[in-house]
Amino acid sequence: MLHIVNKSPAERNTLDSCLRVAQEGGAILLIEDGVYAATRGNEGESQLRDALSRFKVYALAPDLEARGMFDRVMEGVTTVDYGGFVDLVAEHKNCQSWL
Amino acid sequence: MSEGTVKKFMFVNRKAPYGTVYALESLEVVLITAAFDQDVSLVFMDDGVFQLKKGQQTKGIENKNFSPTYRALDGYDIEKLYVEAEAMAARGLTEDDLLVDVTVMSRAELGKLMEEQDVVLTF
Amino acid sequence: MASIEVNGKSYETDEEGYLTNLGDWTEEVGKYLAQTESVEMTEAHWEVINFLRDYYNEYQIAPAVRVLTKAIGKKLGADKGTSQYLYELFPYGPAKQACKIAGLAKPTGCV
Repeated sequence: MLHIVNKSPAERNTLDSCLRVAQEGGAILLIEDGVYAATRGNEGESQLRDALSRFKVYALAPDLEARGMFDRVMEGVTTVDYGGFVDLVAEHKNCQSWL
Repeated sequence: MSEGTVKKFMFVNRKAPYGTVYALESLEVVLITAAFDQDVSLVFMDDGVFQLKKGQQTKGIENKNFSPTYRALDGYDIEKLYVEAEAMAARGLTEDDLLVDVTVMSRAELGKLMEEQDVVLTF
Repeated sequence: MASIEVNGKSYETDEEGYLTNLGDWTEEVGKYLAQTESVEMTEAHWEVINFLRDYYNEYQIAPAVRVLTKAIGKKLGADKGTSQYLYELFPYGPAKQACKIAGLAKPTGCV
């Protein structure tokens, strides 16, 4: 399953919930304010680093650029553009938007 | 403009830009308030510190990049910008990452400053 | 949506005649908008219009009149940094008329 998270990790516990529930082999796509979770130096960096060993993690590049955070993406996170977003949705059997 | 009493207005910005409309709305209210010659201060805490991050490029998300407008605040005589030290640290940001000159303060200091205000509006 | 036509080309405006897309602006469009405001453009007018466009490019907003006046005084000389000077050039208000001619939206903080 593709999990889509669009909330800042510092403001909502959406990413926490997602990471607790997501099954091995799943993929996580961070979009909108969710992309802050994928940046170096943020408080939840180690949590996401752990997640990287269990899931493929993606972050939407235009959202990172808009926030001036593109150059801070953690190693191991794959950035995608809108086309890549569509591909991810198409590749997965199902997806869930964690609102 | 009539010579009314000057009140201390504080705008507290707690949200990241673009994900919600709060940051932009706050900025617009601040610019309008500037016309009334009040004692205005801005606080950026929690995710609000992201509003001041350098290097925002919004072409890809087709939103207006309003970050340059923070640099216009000086011309509106809004010079009191306070940023929460703990919030920056928790996000891997330093003063060098911000696009305007600010005063960095601890939560405790901000709390004291908040007590001194007549009006506090949080976005 | 309203629109204006300049040299056979159509440009979208809001119902008050402000250009919808900042990028549509050309000097010709500026001249046309000045005509609709009955403002006869001189060098002094263009100086203010160009200042406004530069200001917008830098800060992404149209300045409030008070801010514009002060900034003009700093950039173009104190004699020009008065609201009297700006109102002589743009009788119905620099915010309303100059912003329109410069192709900007109505200024934020214009009360």
